[in-house]
Amino acid sequence: MSTTGWERVGPLWPSILATARCEFMRLYRIPGFSIPIIAFPVMFYALFGLPWARQHINGVDVGDYLLASFGTYAVITVALFAFGVTVSNDRASKTTLLMRATPMSPLAYLGGKIIATLFFSFVAIVALIAFAFVTHGVDFEPLTWLGLTLRLLVGVFPFITLGFAVGYLAGPNSAIAILQLINLPMSFASGLFVAMPNMPAYVRSSATFLPAFHLGELAWGAIGAPVEPAFVSIAWLGGFTVVFAVIALRAYYREETKTFG
Amino acid sequence: MAVDSVVTMHGAAKQFGGVRALLPTDLAIASGEIVALLGPNGAGKTTFISLALGLRTPTAGTARLFGLDPRDRRARSRCGVMLQETGVPEYLRVYEIVDMFRSFYRTPLPRPEVLSIAGLEEKTEAAIHTLSGGQRQRLYFALAICGDPEALFLDEPTVGMDVETRRRFWSRLRDLGSAGRTVLLTTHYIEEADAIASRIIVIDKGRIIADAPPRVLKDRVELKRVSFDGATALRDEDVASLPVRRVEHENGRTSIYTVDPQAVLRGLFSRNIDLENLEVVGASLEDAVVGMTSGADVR
Repeated sequence: MSTTGWERVGPLWPSILATARCEFMRLYRIPGFSIPIIAFPVMFYALFGLPWARQHINGVDVGDYLLASFGTYAVITVALFAFGVTVSNDRASKTTLLMRATPMSPLAYLGGKIIATLFFSFVAIVALIAFAFVTHGVDFEPLTWLGLTLRLLVGVFPFITLGFAVGYLAGPNSAIAILQLINLPMSFASGLFVAMPNMPAYVRSSATFLPAFHLGELAWGAIGAPVEPAFVSIAWLGGFTVVFAVIALRAYYREETKTFG
Repeated sequence: MAVDSVVTMHGAAKQFGGVRALLPTDLAIASGEIVALLGPNGAGKTTFISLALGLRTPTAGTARLFGLDPRDRRARSRCGVMLQETGVPEYLRVYEIVDMFRSFYRTPLPRPEVLSIAGLEEKTEAAIHTLSGGQRQRLYFALAICGDPEALFLDEPTVGMDVETRRRFWSRLRDLGSAGRTVLLTTHYIEEADAIASRIIVIDKGRIIADAPPRVLKDRVELKRVSFDGATALRDEDVASLPVRRVEHENGRTSIYTVDPQAVLRGLFSRNIDLENLEVVGASLEDAVVGMTSGADVR
């Protein structure tokens, strides 16, 4: 019998997918998560977007513009909470300890959560677009829908690493509060609730330092609004991803030494 | 190093701040052994198992698992583990978490087999937050065996189980043992160690104070117990002159612990004391262990 082989360790992709499935189901079954995450953006859109859908802002229809805004808000919320809340819960309930005692790859843990987050984000975007479409808030070409959806999913990574950092720095109860304190002011100051042109000058000038603003730019660009070049948005988002990832990894290794040292 | 050694410790020790949780330990657990790590709470049992599994790093010495660094996923792929006070996501169903854990192994047991061994067939679809304490322990056992492990590490596995479930659990462990699997479990139930283990390691205050098969541990204490009903006739001065170590009275029954039961019986008979339901037996494992450890929490 070999003592050096990997013959008993499960292959990576099936374990990532199995983990993703569980992560998605646990998010889906928490009513406090799945309902607000799907319903709030739709509700915001119905209240603030639909009544003025045919008016113009920033050179595009308000209906289109706010669809991109609330779509951005939706995926940011999914990523922050899917990561922040489940990671802090896994730590508090010592699920991480049990998983550590298995041959599970850390990549399966991370990859499973990322896929579940992307899938949940996708569902939230589709729900919002479907609502906007049937209520005649928008009449996009399919390619525009696809472009918007893809941009939102690609740009969600800084919020994944930010959620991961909060999940490793905070306990399960404080994590929710901290994430709300990050999410709502950041979304507001990034022009996701009130369109940027209607914001005071100091908000407009400081928004550039917020990741949510650059994901918003990416989304508004997809529906034809005048925005910074897409590569600039992506560069900012990539930078934020790395910065938050470094914070998350430091928190992770600090806990490793404390719990497993 | 022997290839068939599951756990090998060379001077492995663990210190938390100023607390010496495990003193330098040299020990090997061979493939196929069923080992009970027995000791009171805080004796160092969990520390021992954590070092063996690489969940803690020894402050001195080394611990190896299947000859590898215990943190190596190749070593862990051959083990199944039940730890104390760990949780799993409450909103998942039993079969979902079982399938997830099975995916960590290349050749897992089929799901129905896992659930049947763990006695959870009826709970396949149940949400985890609806499980009772004992069912939860069975779920953790299911997660431990789903990779068809060569070695099982169980930290206080029967906590929260009722007597019936506990006995069924022991018989499953014995089945695994006869199938050649290695089992290391910690317990502070002497009865549990005695029921399943082929080797008992007694640990107290971070030190291994005994390491032997149950029978040897029992023999180590040469005491015999002479017990009988009708203690009312027995006075203290009757036993004072006899070679008696200890006398206990419980529910009208008297137990006398002695190294020389013949002398005790001769003495009692000569005093014409009426001994009903007389019984002479070897001391239990409990008697052996309580004599060795500080005794607290071991029952």
